[in-house]
Amino acid sequence: MKITSREMLDTCRRQYSEALGCQKKQILICGGSGCVAGGSREVLARMKEIMEERGLNVDVVLQHESHEESIGLKHSGCHGFCAQGPLMRIEPMGLLYTKVTVDDCDEIVEKTIVGDEIIDRLVYHDNGVAYPRQADIPFYKKQYRVALEHCGHINAESVEECIAVGGYQSLAKALFEMTPDEIVQTISDSNLRGRGGAGFPTGKKWEQVAALPADPVKYIVCNGDEGDPGAFMDRSVMEGDPHRMIEGMIIAAIAVGATQGYIYVRAEYPLAVERLQKAIDDDMEYGILGDSILGSGKSFYLHISKGAGAFVCGEGSALANSVEGKRGTPRPKPPRLVEKGVFDKPTVLNNVETFANVPVIIDKGADWFKSIGTEGNSGTKAFALTGNIKHTGLIEVPMGTTLREIVFDIGGGVEHGEFKAVQIGGPSGGCLTEQHLDLPLDFDSAKKAGAIIGSGGLVVMGSDTCMVEIARFFMNFTKKESCGKCTTCREGVPRIQAILERITRGQGKMEDLDMMQELADTIKTCSLCGLGKTAPNPVLSTMRYFKDEYIAHVQEKRCPAGVCKDLCIFRINPNKCIGCTKCARNCPVDAITGTLKQPHHIDVDKCIKCGTCKAGCPVHAIEEV
Amino acid sequence: MKTDFKLIDSILERHGCDKTQVIGIMQDVQKEYRYLPEDALLHIADRVGISKAKIYGVATFYENFSLNAKGKYVIKCCNGTACHVRKSDDVQKALWESTGMTPDQHISDDGLFTIERVSCLGACGLAPVCTVDDVVHPSMTPEKMRALIAEIKEAEKA
Repeated sequence: MKITSREMLDTCRRQYSEALGCQKKQILICGGSGCVAGGSREVLARMKEIMEERGLNVDVVLQHESHEESIGLKHSGCHGFCAQGPLMRIEPMGLLYTKVTVDDCDEIVEKTIVGDEIIDRLVYHDNGVAYPRQADIPFYKKQYRVALEHCGHINAESVEECIAVGGYQSLAKALFEMTPDEIVQTISDSNLRGRGGAGFPTGKKWEQVAALPADPVKYIVCNGDEGDPGAFMDRSVMEGDPHRMIEGMIIAAIAVGATQGYIYVRAEYPLAVERLQKAIDDDMEYGILGDSILGSGKSFYLHISKGAGAFVCGEGSALANSVEGKRGTPRPKPPRLVEKGVFDKPTVLNNVETFANVPVIIDKGADWFKSIGTEGNSGTKAFALTGNIKHTGLIEVPMGTTLREIVFDIGGGVEHGEFKAVQIGGPSGGCLTEQHLDLPLDFDSAKKAGAIIGSGGLVVMGSDTCMVEIARFFMNFTKKESCGKCTTCREGVPRIQAILERITRGQGKMEDLDMMQELADTIKTCSLCGLGKTAPNPVLSTMRYFKDEYIAHVQEKRCPAGVCKDLCIFRINPNKCIGCTKCARNCPVDAITGTLKQPHHIDVDKCIKCGTCKAGCPVHAIEEV
Repeated sequence: MKTDFKLIDSILERHGCDKTQVIGIMQDVQKEYRYLPEDALLHIADRVGISKAKIYGVATFYENFSLNAKGKYVIKCCNGTACHVRKSDDVQKALWESTGMTPDQHISDDGLFTIERVSCLGACGLAPVCTVDDVVHPSMTPEKMRALIAEIKEAEKA
């Protein structure tokens, strides 16, 4: 069916939302990558089986017209609370069940679906308090969801359900109530800044492309090449609410006069590719994409371009080369992408989350958007909260929320050990430490502290993380991902990495620190693209805030966190050792001695620090110091 | 396995023999063979009209393309930041040990395994993770890794 007018869209919306209203209960099982890995697909299949056996009227697909009372059962996008997955949300009670397994399904159907009873065992508990309702859980309480508004609340694979909750209404408004100039003006006024990392004003980009003639085409490109290790916000949007992002792209196309678009997605995100493809196909069928969108006479075609595993392709001009089927190396600028982008045509390139913010800005206006966040940093930001933290997951908070609120109130604090630092912005970013806990987090303040918001990966590190080793880890990553075009990045990064390697082995010299500083300055100044320009950041930032750790490695040949194996000695804690002899038997070099049921001892001179004893000790009596 | 040029041609046609689609074409070919056979690569270059050097350049630029045949099971061990902080190095070490492979080996001697060390699988909430033929195994430990490999080897014997 093609929707050929605004009225028809409204009719569809009414029909679908009535059909949705007929579902007296809705079961939303998280279908994000995390929960799928935990078995959420099997849970959904089992729920369907049980309910059908019991003769319940189950809606797996939203019917065009449904008047009977039914129970909706579907996969939604990421609910965010990944550490507690697989998650199941039950509406209209707003219940959230955590760590649901196939074996729980019978009981859930019996007690909660047929009855109205809450199963306490599946409810989230914290400090002895039960939180049956999702909205009450501390993890969700401080969040404010704009881009992720529907993520986890609707069926991610259903355009009908998206329309039912108001999807494509902003597109209709943009098409039938606004001129292209007004759309661009609204986005400019809203102060929306690129969510991909740099925070460039989105309106400005659109303005520049809108002013250029279509010769013969202009492109809208969505950057879904979320390569930062430790980040999965964009994946969650693409998997959980693909239509919202597509709606943002179509609005952009209308605003700047583009007729073709690409979504560039990492090949590592097969589920996102699948859902986006389905969303595009459905939109083509409904006349939301293709010729004469919603009967407006304007057309826009959207294609998926799958990445093939190159981090540098997150950089705009490298991405453009990759879309064209070339090696993904960056181009010298100017000309900028807005003038000569994909196939050398004017191109708007924005990040997934940026596009996901567009529909709500068109709907509620620039002033509403500006009322969220801080001065000059409007709106919210999604973060992936990972690492050494209790509640790993996907969150969205207003710009300017402090790190303390994110790590301790939402994230529940570190999982083991003491809080040490947060790595923000991935390999291009830096670390924020205890002194930054009360810093309002936005583009400008992060930059002042020597870090960047980046795409939004927050990796929390505790006292058991060695900052020198982390710097080495990032340099290792960048070394591998450098495309090789600029000498400074290609040759300079491996030099820094080699120095760090030496330092973590206890072979560093104090001059090395100055040398790294010099190399870092050169790499930053002389590299062409964002990857090279920011590559030394993790080193600079750790040297700035954790100089004492570097000095301990170099001068005292000691790793304060006990991570760098060459600088550690293995020791058996005599108070914990039960004398089971397992370590002595496992030791490949016979460095451990002791009699049965007596504390054992490691001969430091013989020990090769392989860690076998530590891994096998049943009482964790072996320590690295 | 001998390269089936009819199959390659049908993939080429699906992409309109378009040189801008060469990454997509190679992805589809790799889906069939699990790597890019040399003769297939040369054939693609010929048909879409780019030089051998160019297609070799593209194929070797991107991490996902492999010019070597792969083992029956492809195991990807994630070493993204979140996994790294949660000690993925130890998991990786256990993987090499239990398969008897070295880091620079493409395929294990028994032809069963190919190990890939990847930068981020995007399942950071479940760190550390590995995937066996794209099935995600969450919260890995060296012990779980050794058990997983033993299980695969056992299943192969049966």
